[in-house]
Amino acid sequence: MNKISGALTEINKLNSTAQGSSVMHRLHPLAKLLLTIFYIAMLMSFGKYQIFGLVSMSIYLFIGFHLSRLSLKEGLWRLRLILPLVSMVGLANPFFDSHQFVFGSQTLNAGWISFITLMLKGIFAVLASYLLIATTSIEQICYAMRLAHLPKILVTQFLLTYRYLTLLLEQADTISQAYALRAPKQTGIHFKVWGTLAGQLLLRSIDRANALYDSMLLRGYQGEYYYGGPLAAWNKKDWRYLVSIVFLLLLLRLLPWSLLYTKILGGKFL
Amino acid sequence: MHMADALINPTVAAVMYAASAAAAAYSIKKVREENNPRKIPLMGVMGAFVFAAQMLNFTIPGTGSSGHLCGGLLLAALLGPYAAFLTMIGILTIQCLLFADGGLLALGANIWNMAFYGCFVGGLLIWQPLIQRRLSKARIISASVVGSVITLQMGAFSVVLETAASGISELPFNIFAFTMQGIHLAIGAVEGLIIAAVLLFVYQARPELLAGAKAAANGSLTFEKALAFLGSAAVLAAGVLSLAASENPDGLEWSLEKVAGSAELEKSGALHALAAQIQELTSLLPDYNFQGSESAWGTVFSGLAGSALVLLVCVACCYAFHFFKHKTA
Repeated sequence: MNKISGALTEINKLNSTAQGSSVMHRLHPLAKLLLTIFYIAMLMSFGKYQIFGLVSMSIYLFIGFHLSRLSLKEGLWRLRLILPLVSMVGLANPFFDSHQFVFGSQTLNAGWISFITLMLKGIFAVLASYLLIATTSIEQICYAMRLAHLPKILVTQFLLTYRYLTLLLEQADTISQAYALRAPKQTGIHFKVWGTLAGQLLLRSIDRANALYDSMLLRGYQGEYYYGGPLAAWNKKDWRYLVSIVFLLLLLRLLPWSLLYTKILGGKFL
Repeated sequence: MHMADALINPTVAAVMYAASAAAAAYSIKKVREENNPRKIPLMGVMGAFVFAAQMLNFTIPGTGSSGHLCGGLLLAALLGPYAAFLTMIGILTIQCLLFADGGLLALGANIWNMAFYGCFVGGLLIWQPLIQRRLSKARIISASVVGSVITLQMGAFSVVLETAASGISELPFNIFAFTMQGIHLAIGAVEGLIIAAVLLFVYQARPELLAGAKAAANGSLTFEKALAFLGSAAVLAAGVLSLAASENPDGLEWSLEKVAGSAELEKSGALHALAAQIQELTSLLPDYNFQGSESAWGTVFSGLAGSALVLLVCVACCYAFHFFKHKTA
């Protein structure tokens, strides 16, 4: 499967998972958006050696994945894009960190702990974002953005980009396949046709945008874009979920985790 | 160049969100002032186009690898820098949410690193001043390549600064910066050529699209203003920021220190001695300061004098190779 087909499959898959009816799916989109941002901010606030506290934050993911009935494997597959840079930066820690973690008679380079912490932060953040996007459609996220008073022009533009993404990806796929059939044994587009190929797609896109605007006017567009689909109202259930999760995350963040490995397990940093 | 959440701490993330939000608010104001409702669907569809075009693999001749299209500069050339910046925000948000390419917390940083430099530095300070006097193939190619290289270098350096400021990696700043800048220098050049190829096609097939951008550019930033802005930035960097320059060895010195035990290798032979003598005579400001002094004013003076000298050499080369053409009546 080439890159474009892969992206199309991913979009379609997310579209179908976002149409589910689990408890997580039924939560208000703004509650989910705010919780996701809060959770990721909490994750990143942990120090580079605070591994126990960080591991405890996985409880949010357990709750979320359990309530949404999503596949963890699908979430982990999304890590492939961010892992190379995070690993490159993190793998330097064991070599450049001079601190030692002494645990009983064992000594461990603290760089390994900071490396694992960095990887866990990356993994947890990606899974939390997946939890949001797999249970909330883009229309609902746009609705939540408007409720959060994000400018109309920004949200409309974001929604239109998403709407036309599938269409233009399909067109790019057709162009790419037609080129591949006429230019066998080539791994990419030859530099002599760089401009022609991408340029054709660009001109078609501009014509499509003009046609789109004309059709929007014919349907009575006056500057306000209406987000389709049934949108949930904020109710007590959303408040309960939001407050309890925020309380739980704050509690886990503020617990004195360092006492666990210094007092109870007898470890220390040198 | 998309940053993951793991590479940034909440403080740096908040600062970058604030900076990107300020740029977005200014862009929204400028787009509203234009009062062109046709631009909204155009921005949306162009955003989808950039996303789709980035999926195409453009073969780099003689290397066996491939490059991709750089969105910010291309959009700035076609839509103007403000509309392009808002479009890039949409693209980066979709990449973050749908494809996990870049983190949600790091979105502000990613917008700054990829959209701000591409649209404002590449589009407003490089593309517009270069094309507003005359639209030609040579100008399109030079603006695309120079713009792409500079904006990618700035973006890559911002990634290094943000990661270093977040304090999550033990990777030495010099090595990280050296690696990132080197990789993105090549990427920038290739992406610049791809943008140039696309814009040249548009220039030949539908010149009115670029002529519209040229007309819009005429009223905004003149070449002189852009020069004054870049000059002020150079004076600020050379005269003020040079005081905060790191005293640690650079990437090469660091490597030498690790391999040979000293940042400066022993010189031997007559040729080395002669070269050292010539250098001693010509270096008016050794170690970026006055002779035998460690004054801050010396550092400031060295920075400014160095920048002025580089400018002088560049202008002299342009005259020598007849890059400046006199207008004929």
